[in-house]
Amino acid sequence: MENKKLVEVYNLKQYFPVSSGKLFQKKYVKAVDDVSFYINKGETLGLVGESGCGKTTTGRSILRLYEPTAGRIIYDGTDITRVNMLPYRRKMQIVFQDPYASLDPRMTVGDIVGEAIDIHKLAANKKERQERIIELLSLVGLNSEHANRYPHEFSGGQRQRVGIARALAVNPEFLVCDEPISALDVSIQAQVVNMFEELQEKMGLAYLFISHNLSVVKHISNRIGVMYLGKLVELAESDELTFHSVHPYTRSLISALLVADPVTARKTNRIFLEGEIPSPLNPPSGCRFRTRCPYATEMCAAEEPEFKEVSPGHYCACHHIDKVQ
Amino acid sequence: MNDNLNDNLVNINKLRLSFFTPAGEVKALNDVSLFVREGEVLGIVGESGSGKSVTAYTLMGLVPHPGRIINGEVMFNGHAVHLMKERELRKIRGNEVSIIFQDPMTSLNPLYTIGNQIMEVILLHTNKTRKEAKERARELLQLVGINEPEKRLKQYPHELSGGMRQRVMIAIALACEPKLLIADEPTTALDVTIQAQILELMMDLKKKLGMAIILITHDLGVVAGTCDRIAVMYGGKVVECGTTDEIFYNPSHEYTKGLLQSVPNIYEREHRKLVPIEGQPVDMLNPPAGCPFAPRCRSCMRICLRQMPAYTNLSDTHYSACWLLDKAKIEKESAILQTEGEAGNGE
Repeated sequence: MENKKLVEVYNLKQYFPVSSGKLFQKKYVKAVDDVSFYINKGETLGLVGESGCGKTTTGRSILRLYEPTAGRIIYDGTDITRVNMLPYRRKMQIVFQDPYASLDPRMTVGDIVGEAIDIHKLAANKKERQERIIELLSLVGLNSEHANRYPHEFSGGQRQRVGIARALAVNPEFLVCDEPISALDVSIQAQVVNMFEELQEKMGLAYLFISHNLSVVKHISNRIGVMYLGKLVELAESDELTFHSVHPYTRSLISALLVADPVTARKTNRIFLEGEIPSPLNPPSGCRFRTRCPYATEMCAAEEPEFKEVSPGHYCACHHIDKVQ
Repeated sequence: MNDNLNDNLVNINKLRLSFFTPAGEVKALNDVSLFVREGEVLGIVGESGSGKSVTAYTLMGLVPHPGRIINGEVMFNGHAVHLMKERELRKIRGNEVSIIFQDPMTSLNPLYTIGNQIMEVILLHTNKTRKEAKERARELLQLVGINEPEKRLKQYPHELSGGMRQRVMIAIALACEPKLLIADEPTTALDVTIQAQILELMMDLKKKLGMAIILITHDLGVVAGTCDRIAVMYGGKVVECGTTDEIFYNPSHEYTKGLLQSVPNIYEREHRKLVPIEGQPVDMLNPPAGCPFAPRCRSCMRICLRQMPAYTNLSDTHYSACWLLDKAKIEKESAILQTEGEAGNGE
């Protein structure tokens, strides 16, 4: 794998204003708060966390589907935080979670896939456009007759394939996969996961793979980032993160995993977290995880832990790394 | 297959159930037989549309319109549920058998307090006064691990988190100490960290109260650590049934095998390519004539497409419906095919 950084994110912040009930007083939901990471060319970075931790928002902000509140996004060496995105839409695409909601029910599959070809003027004439559509459909395991059908005629797995074909229509280099398999049946999930892997081999794609399913993320990713309440708390190579995690939150996530193996499941010692995720409107001071952390001390409330390298390529934001180990 | 039939808490026998939709008859359940012993945890695993929920719902007499039981019996705790009238059913629902659903937000009434909703069940099925019922509701909240029960009783569902709501659902379900608890995808809508907690709570309560549980899920991880026995359903059929270890370590049906190979295991250090089950889920409007899994099966034979295989017993607890297990039957059938073929040539 080339170790050239394709996407770099520095101190990304994404705040959403909400009305506080009081006139002239705005409050902000800090959905993503000061997150930095990078993705190499042809690499898969997994992003995991509970609902509301900001993983989807991070994915969307990188594509500038939301205007980031602060921070910088660099794509292939160019700062794209404030530029016109149209030329970059050809390089960065997204696959959404729900294949039932993300396809226009009134467009044929051919037109759904062809829309991007039209917008970016990638085909000289109708024949070329049609050929390209068929090529894309076959790339995702569908055939040419599917082009004239409508989304409702397809099963969930096939629809997700259409969504992927649409994202690939512009020949992108980078794909944000936002929970692409969680709406699918178990027996279909593996089909789609394998397809992502094959497409990556064939086209050298880089993925940001967002999911709450740690087993799947571990399977597909080179590196994994763990988010909690808008913050990246740990990031490491997949195996390193699975077997040598240091952040107490990552550890509890892994221990809570329901493993499809009775012997392992019976002997797993689960670390249950106390309490609930705090509201992102009023996140706790200092370390955001401290309200549920078994290791929390006064220092955690006073000071925000730095996101620092604990071993080569392994980053973690915690004051008590030595205690956890 | 079923030892001492009458001792079982639940006996579903050759149940056929169809939905009569404008598009045609959907055979949701096709000769489903299952049993649950007292105090046992049975997992029903299958994908959407396999009939796992419908099977369990029949135990409460909940057959959604336009469905109808065509054939077979549903015996629960001495009642013939399939013959019972709505009035009689109401006496056992929430009392002898209760259910928790996937999404606790939509199954709690947003207009009533938690306390009210728990007390409703108690007042309906017991002779307790309101005061006693309230006391019992408080006890129940404590039982399911909700702190400050006094305060929670006065709260509305929207004030609680998803995990809390599911705990309340469990409290309501257990209010009358039922003999059977049906849990229909109880953890699917919850966050990963909460899922294990809810499952652990259910297993804990099972130990304390001794009820049987039917756990319906599509997630093999959910059943692995919790169930005594597992029934695997596909296309309205129970294709394989056995103890948890038999299903996971000695699967005999091709669908079960496929399912197990298609999920990644986080503890595997080497990158193993997932083996997906090819093809698409069955179209229940036009199911295949033979084994429902045949069109997607790697080892599909001619007979699989024509005729449903019978169950083969692999141990006292383990049985499976697959032609591959039934060599004698295959040989006999192929002999018939041959004679048919010869007859065909003769014409």
